[in-house]
Amino acid sequence: MATVLNPPIENRHLDLDMPLLLDGGQMLPCARIAYETCGTLNAAKDNAILICHALTGDQHVVSNHPKTGKPGWWVRMVGPGKPIDTDRFFVICANVIGSCMGSTGPASNDPEGQPWGMRFPVITIRDMVRGHIAVLDSLGIDSLHALVGGSMGGMQALSLAANFPERTRAVLVLASTARHSAQNIAFHEVGRQAIMADPEWRDGNYYEAKASGGKGPEKGLSVARMAAHITYLSEAGLTEKFGRRLQNREEKTFGFDADFQIESYLRYQGLSFTDRFDANSYLYITRAMDYFDLAEEHGGMLANAFAKSKARYCLVSFDTDWLYPTAESRNVVHALNAVGLPVSFVELSAPFGHDSFLLDVPALDRVVQGFIG
Amino acid sequence: MNAAMKSGLRPDLAIIAENVAAGSSVLDVGCGDGTLMQALRDGSGCATRGMEIDALNVGACVAKGLSVIQGDADTDLSFYPDNSVDYAILSQTLQTTMRPDQVLEELLRIGRKAFVSFPNFAHWRVRTSLLWNGRMPVTRLLPIAWYETPNIHHLTVNDFRALLQERGITVEGRWFLSGDTQCSAAAANFRAEHAVFLLSRAG
Repeated sequence: MATVLNPPIENRHLDLDMPLLLDGGQMLPCARIAYETCGTLNAAKDNAILICHALTGDQHVVSNHPKTGKPGWWVRMVGPGKPIDTDRFFVICANVIGSCMGSTGPASNDPEGQPWGMRFPVITIRDMVRGHIAVLDSLGIDSLHALVGGSMGGMQALSLAANFPERTRAVLVLASTARHSAQNIAFHEVGRQAIMADPEWRDGNYYEAKASGGKGPEKGLSVARMAAHITYLSEAGLTEKFGRRLQNREEKTFGFDADFQIESYLRYQGLSFTDRFDANSYLYITRAMDYFDLAEEHGGMLANAFAKSKARYCLVSFDTDWLYPTAESRNVVHALNAVGLPVSFVELSAPFGHDSFLLDVPALDRVVQGFIG
Repeated sequence: MNAAMKSGLRPDLAIIAENVAAGSSVLDVGCGDGTLMQALRDGSGCATRGMEIDALNVGACVAKGLSVIQGDADTDLSFYPDNSVDYAILSQTLQTTMRPDQVLEELLRIGRKAFVSFPNFAHWRVRTSLLWNGRMPVTRLLPIAWYETPNIHHLTVNDFRALLQERGITVEGRWFLSGDTQCSAAAANFRAEHAVFLLSRAG
């Protein structure tokens, strides 16, 4: 067969015909999972790779983002001839439930046709994984060739590997953790409080106002994004990129304008984020991450989480990532070692902080390609 | 000399590769770019895992499909369960550790047997270099000057034997290398550039 030059990219969705039973004890009726696929599933259905996206990510791993028009968020890693080679593998990326890019979340309508808002049930990382499993079931994929995720995507990957051990043969976790630390929770709480302090948030019922041309909690969401964005970068990276340089001016204004480039940059990051993300989704997804503690789910011993796994694992951390520092990856590695699973681990050197897994780090490409095989 | 040697393995690694039982499980501590692990996996059907301190080397190992953890023999061996592999291997690394004695104990806790190879500081060339020049020797096997060498705990064959005796560790096999060929155990402390020991805790 000739080489497929342009592996087909499809944006699809799955409507669950059964309510999704959630960790919080509630049911999510009529859940929809939006997902993207790239490449071709072979007849044996054994060449699938599931990619799990991060907090504000989405299923558009290779296709252009429908709202921003920007290229898919991981085109540098996924595509024909790339480390995750879509000429060989069938790549799937599903929008997590609770999000706002096509899967059911607080901005979606409930069965009565009203936006869920804060009536949307609180979800967990494992609930997101249940959505992914439903997608795999619908595609007839019993076992993944590999499961890949960075940051919150790595949490989903670990959760899936622990809770559905028969569903994957390899697990690649980048810049992630098996539990949220107090510091992680603290930063998320700042973001949530910023959203909820915005008067336009209206206890989460802002969808009607927005639909009729009014405002939602964009200011609060923007501040949340600004605070979070700092945690994704490194101090050295910020200093190199911005230092104390002033923004389009020769002198300080002795006012509260964005005098510094870093202020201007953060304001832009915050503002542009509000064009593509729902504030309530931000509340729900950060909550899911804060609740994540894989050991706690398994009797307090992280090693127990992987007792039934037969997969091989690879964990990668970055030396400038202070959000999920190397010690968090090592913690997982030690647990995997304790149950005798084949595991690789490397701390790569990269200047970009937590975001390194998304950026140009050639050493990461080699590790990903080598591990995926 | 034999298959492993012909495959281009470093001589001490070739000896280890020949003497690891086929199909056994192996932890290679300080596995470098994974050459030995690859030979054991592909040549002897071993289940291999490795530990390596250098990130580039770990990347090279992962690219070969090997399971390797970035870690430090001095601090990270404690995370491996007791008797979790048939062989723990430490080649050319003992002399670079902070506490070689503790690393040795860890190897024999994790592995039912352990291979340890090291350059012999009592080799006659090292001795003459020190004797005639009065300076820390820079030789073929110890090519780096004292101030930047990773070899912080030089040892001799006799030093190692004494440590084994003191700790009640059994020698199951030993091989000595002069140049790249094996030499006899007679006067090994003087004649061997390099030693390979197979050790166990068995009575």
